[in-house]
Amino acid sequence: MSILRLRGLSKSFGGLVAVDEVSFEVSRGGIVGLIGPNGAGKTTVFNLITGNYKPDEGEVIFENKNITGLLPHKIVEMGIARTFQNIRLFPEMSALENVLSGCHCRMRSGLLASMFHLPGQRREEQAALETAVKELAFVGLEEQYDNLAKNLSYGRQRLLEIARALASGPRLLILDEPAGGMNDQETQDLIGLIREIRGTGISVLLIEHDMNLVMKICDYLIVLEYGAVIATGLPSEIKKNGRVIEAYLGADNLLEN
Amino acid sequence: MIVRRLPKPAGIMGLGALFILMLALPRILGPYWTNLLNDMGIYAILGLSLNIILGHCGLFHMGHAAFYAVGAYVTAILSTRFAVPILWTLPLSGLMSGVFALVVARPIIHLRGDYLLVVTIGIVEIVRIALVNNIFGLTGGSNGLLIINPISIFGFQVFSPAHFYYLIWSIGAVTILLFYLLQNSRFGRALNYIKQDELAAEGCGVNTSHYKLASFVLGAVWAGMIGTIFAAKIETVSPQSFSYSESVLLFAIVILGGAGSIPGVLLGAFLITGLPEIFRELQSYRLLFFGAAMVAMMIFRPQGLIPPGRRFYKVRPYLGRFPCGIAARSGARRGISLSASPGYPAGTDAGADAGKPARGPGDMIEEQA
Ligand SMILES: Nc1ncnc2c1ncn2[C@@H]1O[C@H](COP(=O)(O)OP(=O)(O)O)[C@@H](O)[C@H]1O
Ligand SMILES: [Mg+2]
Repeated sequence: MSILRLRGLSKSFGGLVAVDEVSFEVSRGGIVGLIGPNGAGKTTVFNLITGNYKPDEGEVIFENKNITGLLPHKIVEMGIARTFQNIRLFPEMSALENVLSGCHCRMRSGLLASMFHLPGQRREEQAALETAVKELAFVGLEEQYDNLAKNLSYGRQRLLEIARALASGPRLLILDEPAGGMNDQETQDLIGLIREIRGTGISVLLIEHDMNLVMKICDYLIVLEYGAVIATGLPSEIKKNGRVIEAYLGADNLLEN
Repeated sequence: MIVRRLPKPAGIMGLGALFILMLALPRILGPYWTNLLNDMGIYAILGLSLNIILGHCGLFHMGHAAFYAVGAYVTAILSTRFAVPILWTLPLSGLMSGVFALVVARPIIHLRGDYLLVVTIGIVEIVRIALVNNIFGLTGGSNGLLIINPISIFGFQVFSPAHFYYLIWSIGAVTILLFYLLQNSRFGRALNYIKQDELAAEGCGVNTSHYKLASFVLGAVWAGMIGTIFAAKIETVSPQSFSYSESVLLFAIVILGGAGSIPGVLLGAFLITGLPEIFRELQSYRLLFFGAAMVAMMIFRPQGLIPPGRRFYKVRPYLGRFPCGIAARSGARRGISLSASPGYPAGTDAGADAGKPARGPGDMIEEQA
């Protein structure tokens, strides 16, 4: 049973085919890794799923609904949350307010309710605060709640992005290089965190360069090169795939351990 | 706001003292200076309405005088041609200005930064030229329209500077209160997310084009309503009052005072309308000073004189309720089993009910029940 299905997704920028008829599925409750050399088109695939780009061809099916071409905020509302490869927090706002942005799409207060702080608005605001603190604690950043996002360390900023994504109550979480810029200890913790996220029933699709992390937590891998899928399978199978080792050139030693 | 939390009694006493001072000011200052306070009040409220768009949402909108003009002209036309009592036109001015904003902002809302700036300058010029050309034969051309009827509130006629003072600053107080509440809400935060990183805001589930448009319409509705008061006060509503330089002045009030900051905008309005009057002898150097001050500000204090303060959240009840981080949770699990199912943070609402998915979309709503 798959939660996300990509069917023949293509996208070009000018003459460059960044994504070339990509099809794959993410199983419900799975942790799926999307790997491939730099410039292979992984981030572009993510942007096609989350609605940042519109595909030239192909469809994105989420929970049996065609979400191709919907605006990003609609897709978040439907249950897909993401983090960005080059961290995009709200730098001048506190960690708490960053996470509250994830709660936004689950709140209903409109302009008038907000202007007059009607009782429903106040109740909703309290519930959102609770969710935000819960997610901050979940990623281990509760004590940082009042710090500005820009003042957090790189690793913590990545965690804050995850908390913000979780606050929208997703059923699929999309992580673009979540371990980028993290040290070994932080990466270890991140592995535990992603497992816990899956434990709460959220499916995970991630891009990662840290092969150690990928091999440890992913139960399925998709390998992209020049925008096209060149291999799919279990991590143990991918490790032995000649095509993949070639694509990574000198990186084969990484795949060995 | 800058003051995160005043101790309650001191805060109330301070507000009380300010209230009494504000009540007494027209008597202390006399009609000339009271009139200046009225202008200041109008600019302050206009600045606050522009602050929603420019300060909170970060949209470079330099055509605010156009919205203000629509409101003033709606009042002038209804009052002179159809003898509608002025205050009755107030909601209609707001409405018309809001609709106007919706129509003109809709196609340009996706423009960024300086592109938007240029287009909004265009809008204010188009409106001014339309007014000069006596559009629909209603606006009276470059002479404008002369309003004869004063504002009347339950038979009480508003005509002296002191009367206007109380009217304008009452509206000002209501505006400050409502906009303060608004900025501390989901709506206010959404505008700030857009200002800081529009793409991230959209990617977090904020309907960015909706909020950008909403900020335009709200700012325009407010400017339109102030247009009504302005029309009644100035009596002759003519295109000169709504020129491009008026828009620049409002823009400067927000940027100089502090974009996104209510006290900042109030200070900005005070400085920009008040100082030129106070230093009247230096009139001819006025623009020079003004320009120099703006340049200096942009270099030394780009965030404005009083930058926006941080919002205050009552998080205390929730802190420490959820085990923080994996280490804490795995420790807890290794000790006494606090949590029924391994994936859940121990001791949370979600963990208590292991049967249902902890993070469904209705999660937050459920928690609130
Ligand atoms: N917005 C864009 N405009 C033009 N080219 C782009 C754009 N986004 C990505 N590309 C190009 O598409 C290719 C794939 O990029 P990307 O998806 O970021 O790769 P990856 O994430 O796998 O490193 C690259 O050659 C990149 O330069
Ligand atoms: Mg990438």
